[in-house]
Amino acid sequence: MFNQYALSHVVLIPLLPAISFIIVGFFLRRLPIVAATVSVGMSLISFALSLGVGYGVIAHNITVENPLIQRVPWLSIAGLKVDMGVYIDPISAMMLFIVTLVALMVQIYSIGYMRGDAGFGRFFAYLSLFASAMLGLVIAVNFVQMFVFWELVGLCSYLLIGYYFHKVSAREAAKKAFITTRIGDFGLLVGILFLQILFGTLDFQQLASNVPAYVAQHGTNLLTIVAILLFLGPIGKSGQFPLHVWLPDAMEGPTPVSALIHAATMVVAGVYLVARAFFLFSALPNAMEVIAWIGAFTACFAASIAFTQRDIKRILAYSTVSQLGYMMLALGVGSVTASMFHLMTHAFFKALMFLAAGAVLHGLPDKNDIFAMGGLRHKMPVTFAAMTIGVLAISGIPPFAGFFSKDEILLAVSQVSTPLYIIAVVTSFMTAFYMARLLIVVFCGSEKPDNHPHEAPMSMRIPLVVLGILAVIGGYIPYANHFGDWVRFGLASHEGLDWSIAATSTVLSILAISLAWHIYGSGKVSPYNLSWRFGALYKLSFRKYYVDEFYLWLNHTFVDGLGRILNWLEIHFVEGIVQGAANLPVGLGNLVRKAQTGKLQRYGLIMFGAMLIIVVWLVLLSPLFRGALSGGVY
Amino acid sequence: MIGLAHFLTVAAIVFAIGLYGLLSKRTIVGILMSIELMLNAVNINLIAFSRFITPEVLTGQIFAIFTIAVAAAEVAVGMAMIFRVYYDRNTVHAARLDEMHW
Amino acid sequence: MVDFPLLTAILLTPIWGILVLSVMPREADKTIKMISAVTMAIALGLTLYAYWAYDVSLGGLQYIENVPWIPELGVSYALGVDGISLPLLLLTMLIGFSTIFVSWNVEKRSKEFFIQLLLLIVGAVGTFVSQDLFIFLLFYELGIIPSYIMIVVWGSSERVSKEYAAMKLTIYLLLGSAFMLAGVIALYVNAFPAGMRTFSMQVLAQAHAVGNLSENVQIVTFLLLLLGFGSTLSMWPFYSWAPDGYAAAPTGVSMLHAGVLKKIGGYGLIRIGLLILPLGAKFWAPFIAFFAVVNVLYAAFVTIAQKDLKYIVGYSSISHIGYILLGFAALNVISIDGAIANMFAHGIMTALFFAMVGLVYEKTNTRQVQSLGGLAHQMPRVAVGFMLAGMSSLGLPGLAGFIPEFTSFLGAFKVYPLYTLLAISGIVFTALYILRVLANVLFGPRRVEFDTCRDASGVELVSLVLLGTILVVVGVFPQVLMGMVNSGMEPVMALLVKLHVTPALLGGVVQ
Repeated sequence: MFNQYALSHVVLIPLLPAISFIIVGFFLRRLPIVAATVSVGMSLISFALSLGVGYGVIAHNITVENPLIQRVPWLSIAGLKVDMGVYIDPISAMMLFIVTLVALMVQIYSIGYMRGDAGFGRFFAYLSLFASAMLGLVIAVNFVQMFVFWELVGLCSYLLIGYYFHKVSAREAAKKAFITTRIGDFGLLVGILFLQILFGTLDFQQLASNVPAYVAQHGTNLLTIVAILLFLGPIGKSGQFPLHVWLPDAMEGPTPVSALIHAATMVVAGVYLVARAFFLFSALPNAMEVIAWIGAFTACFAASIAFTQRDIKRILAYSTVSQLGYMMLALGVGSVTASMFHLMTHAFFKALMFLAAGAVLHGLPDKNDIFAMGGLRHKMPVTFAAMTIGVLAISGIPPFAGFFSKDEILLAVSQVSTPLYIIAVVTSFMTAFYMARLLIVVFCGSEKPDNHPHEAPMSMRIPLVVLGILAVIGGYIPYANHFGDWVRFGLASHEGLDWSIAATSTVLSILAISLAWHIYGSGKVSPYNLSWRFGALYKLSFRKYYVDEFYLWLNHTFVDGLGRILNWLEIHFVEGIVQGAANLPVGLGNLVRKAQTGKLQRYGLIMFGAMLIIVVWLVLLSPLFRGALSGGVY
Repeated sequence: MIGLAHFLTVAAIVFAIGLYGLLSKRTIVGILMSIELMLNAVNINLIAFSRFITPEVLTGQIFAIFTIAVAAAEVAVGMAMIFRVYYDRNTVHAARLDEMHW
Repeated sequence: MVDFPLLTAILLTPIWGILVLSVMPREADKTIKMISAVTMAIALGLTLYAYWAYDVSLGGLQYIENVPWIPELGVSYALGVDGISLPLLLLTMLIGFSTIFVSWNVEKRSKEFFIQLLLLIVGAVGTFVSQDLFIFLLFYELGIIPSYIMIVVWGSSERVSKEYAAMKLTIYLLLGSAFMLAGVIALYVNAFPAGMRTFSMQVLAQAHAVGNLSENVQIVTFLLLLLGFGSTLSMWPFYSWAPDGYAAAPTGVSMLHAGVLKKIGGYGLIRIGLLILPLGAKFWAPFIAFFAVVNVLYAAFVTIAQKDLKYIVGYSSISHIGYILLGFAALNVISIDGAIANMFAHGIMTALFFAMVGLVYEKTNTRQVQSLGGLAHQMPRVAVGFMLAGMSSLGLPGLAGFIPEFTSFLGAFKVYPLYTLLAISGIVFTALYILRVLANVLFGPRRVEFDTCRDASGVELVSLVLLGTILVVVGVFPQVLMGMVNSGMEPVMALLVKLHVTPALLGGVVQ
């Protein structure tokens, strides 16, 4: 049976893209067609295997409590055993499906998008490695494996964000992404070390069984610190405040990469880590509260920035940050189901929107500003349709995918905390507004005369159609098929929609979209007038609350400053000490060399004088003489 | 009777004269001569000790002969060096031959 | 085959190469290089065989040879390797082999250059295979003099003149070795009563167990050794020779020095310091841990302010030494496993880094970061080498640097939580300066002035391919290295456990 085969060969899912990376990266860089074929082919097989795994999980009744685990020893020294392996439960099976699907779509799309690019083969090699690293992370059996692939995902994002390395902005963005996530990884690494020392193991399954006993015995104080340290990793990787700054800059990469980073790999890794280690977080109420508040704040904060941005990809980037905040919020209030559900629907519609944005940029090269576009719906109907579906989905309009998952999150939040619920609802309103703004400004209105847009080629349209269909049905079908019974942690999910919450959010979203139409579409209100009236607020939002400037200042002043100070000390002070130490013998030599007059007879005099003194000294000391002094023999 | 003490006294006087000459003479020829005096003082000692303390063996005398031979060689080499120095520097004054410092 | 003196063969191969080279006419430039390469290839092959044939499950010293040399003093020609020294021996050979090819373009007095290069390698090999302190010291000193000559004759002057740098390096290392010599003599005299004295490391290691070395003797002797090995290992504050020396030295010498010779310090600290003087090690460990953290952070910040590529690699190497020292100072098996493995990984990584810097310098005639840029356009292969070295340096999993650092941290975290936390924060700053260098040197707009520079090709690729492969292989299969290292540390475990419960003067606190 195929699902049997898939379940016993899960390791092939990350391995095939890795093989594709090696083949394409080392041998096929000069053969674009072959490179793309190999790469897409491997992804296709991976995707098929993931489907098999997904089916196998249901068929063999593999649940969160009863995962399928395979381990291979990787490192074994006295006192430390680390395995690599495969951890299959509904959560990871779902992730495998999402990652392979989006990776496949992005690769197909890239055939058209990257056509003629000098680094075509290199690009596909990186994409394969990226997918491979993310898949390895998804099936991790312990924190070390998670961390290993976590960092590799970071490396791939570095390579891909900096893909156009001739552009200074791209190389700086890549560097920023790596360093910012590194700050989070510092906490993650320390947290992992803590866990190993407290529990003597890093294996998820063993930890899960040890945590309750530990909490019962030692309380939660230390463990809460450990959990928050661990959470620093997801803060960095998933672009949560205050380490969100790299994510919008990551738009410097080619658009398919943005789709991959934002929808399926990299940023969701953080959410996935929290979900995977949920046995730990769920035992620590304080840590959960931190996660929830950071998630909620990030969601609202990023949405308020997206309000005023003009770069099409940046708007999408801030919407990703905001949606990731939602997922974290859901985890923070204890609902793995809602978080994972939203992760999935978000992957569909965000990949869809990014690829649609890519199609727009492909049709209008060298234009990023949405106000320089306009009226594209005539020339790019497929793209327009795709973007519309995406916007409706993210705004939570039924029956699109986002409606179901967002409702799930709002419900979970409302049961835990009212302030958080209000934040979430407000964010939902803002989301609908700025996404509608993007759609209206880009596609509606009149065409700009200098623009000569054209619809994307076939290879780019296919992924749009596939993802578009998923963004429509990807919410209802899982909802109707008891998604929550499978992908969950602890408690089983609730049944059915909560109509009051669903109605509230839907009405608010429709209101927001109408508002956006009123401002940007109808032509009755001038947006410029508005931005002028709320000048200070507009500027604050447009300049992203000056967080980047603050970090730059911090880095420049403290890190570089300290470096310069220490370097100055190094050259003048340490080197001075060394010089001083070296000069000491020279100085001493200068002192004593004055005695060397070269006068032969003076040397002789000193010599004999010294000899005389020694002789007298010896005589005085000799027992014979001392005896004589004390009135002895003579 | 003339005993060991007399010989040693003479030797000491000769040695002291030699030492004085060594330290005070201005030319290296004089210094070399003073060294010869000191060597001879030692020879006197050697022979005197041998004669008075171990008369049965002639170690001291033989040593003295050695010393004389070595001293002769030394004078030969020393004079050669002095000539060489004189040719080069046109002087044999010890005080002026002080380049070998610092 | 059992009785084949494998280690002697490994040691003699480069010596034999030196002898052949010394009778070659100096005009035979190509032949000289070929002979060096063949020599090192044979030595590397033998070492790989030794590594492969070493019985990890058995552990302990293997390939033992022992011929009495000066029995009156207890000196013998004793060779042997275990899991601690074998990785370092392999490291020496890998880097030694690469340096021959890195130095392929040396035209000036190539005969003398390669003779001295081989001498340096012999010195390092000798220290790692010898089981006799006397021989150990002999080979250790052998490494210092050629470096002086090579820096002065074939080096380059940038911030400081090469003569100054060479003199500084030599004086530091000789001064260090003077302390070391004093320590070794103190050990020799105190370990056993007259008549039974010996230089054999194995026998000396028993002296503590039988109670011949009092605590005070151990503390003083260890301090002397620490001063010696600390300056070799460029421990703060005895590191000042390293950046200048590396910057002035020709590429091959920088590689050998930073990659191999430095590791002799760490090896000595473990082999002599810890195994023979455990109480001394325990006393000084907290100080070492403190200096280790200073090493990591201080050098990292100084690196951030550097402009010259070789200084960047030099200071970054000092910063990494901190991780090794921290692993050592924690005095448990996991952390010391990590420290030893880190010596290997760091050696390979730094050597690759220096090789790449050397290539860039050779082709562009500059090492200043601000006058470089966009080299990935013209030299993609060099860029790959830079990336590999840089990523390993910032501890990316999948490359050799990660698992050693991880295990050092893990072992040290139990003992020195605060120090370890500070040291781990070093990975952020490492990322900062490494990524800046990569960004400013490799990426950015194409610069026309470098269009004439050709990418690495032919023999220039040897070091890139060899060292890069090792970085990846060890990164993906860490057990290859860690298993070997662990087999060397496992016999020591009992000692370490006992050491932890021994009531001893710890960090200057009186019992």
